Amino acid sequence: MKCAEFLQELTNYLDGVIDDRTKAELEDHLAWCHNCYVVCDTTKKTIEIYRDSQLYELPDDLRTRLRSAIISKCQGK
Amino acid sequence: MSAIQPKVGEPPVSDELKLVQAAKAGDVAAFEELVRRYDRNVFRIAQHITQNREDAEDVVQDAFLKAYGNLNQFQGQSKFYTWLVRIAVNEALMKLRRRRPERMVSLDEDVKTEEDSLPREVADWSPNPEQQYSQAELRDILTRTIQGLPASFRTVFVLRDVEGLSTEETAEALDLSIPAVKSRLLRARLQLRERLSRYFQKRESADGRPKHESGDGTQ
Repeated sequence: MKCAEFLQELTNYLDGVIDDRTKAELEDHLAWCHNCYVVCDTTKKTIEIYRDSQLYELPDDLRTRLRSAIISKCQGK
Repeated sequence: MSAIQPKVGEPPVSDELKLVQAAKAGDVAAFEELVRRYDRNVFRIAQHITQNREDAEDVVQDAFLKAYGNLNQFQGQSKFYTWLVRIAVNEALMKLRRRRPERMVSLDEDVKTEEDSLPREVADWSPNPEQQYSQAELRDILTRTIQGLPASFRTVFVLRDVEGLSTEETAEALDLSIPAVKSRLLRARLQLRERLSRYFQKRESADGRPKHESGDGTQ
């Protein structure tokens, strides 16, 4: 397996939606290709950092205000 | 290396259809419960797409009101949340187009960028890179980095990886094919990784040379 082929499968690999045979081939590639290992590992970290980042949390006061506005308009319909 | 663990704390869906049925029959309290469940998600998605706080607030209101007004069109074939996200994404894109009329914004565009090729310089990251920065600095880095992505990549990444929608749900919410979602997701992930490397890669040692050699990523 070449690096380009590895990258094509990276998303499926990280999402765990891959057949056993392809998974074994990818992990065989990862065992000797340091660059792909780093790309795979840091891509995984990228996803985890964003997932846990709590960017753009809705503040409680704004949340209450928006919900009241939505519900009062729904009641008016 | 293991696959990414699914996000915990997903809202319950078992009683959701009952809430939707009640809301369809005019029960505003049932609809309020649906708002409570998903307003934070809709706000995050809207702000990621519009990159503007006021627009995101408008999108939350407009999306829920549109959903309420069109509940009869919701057939229950998909999850209510997926249906709602579809409405919210469309509202957010309209805001974005209005604010940036000079730039065509479309989820259909299959953006080709120079970063699409294989990663060239592969520098490993520090063990806990996010801990090198304060919360505020980290938030700033993450925000600026994701804002640099084309809207079509950013939206797919946010729905799949931040909000935890499946590939199929993302395709449905964005009206894209599954291969298109997968292709955008791969490129979004790789571009974000590459851009974050500027902040997170291992620090150089005292003699000014990188501790880890970076090389050509191709064979």
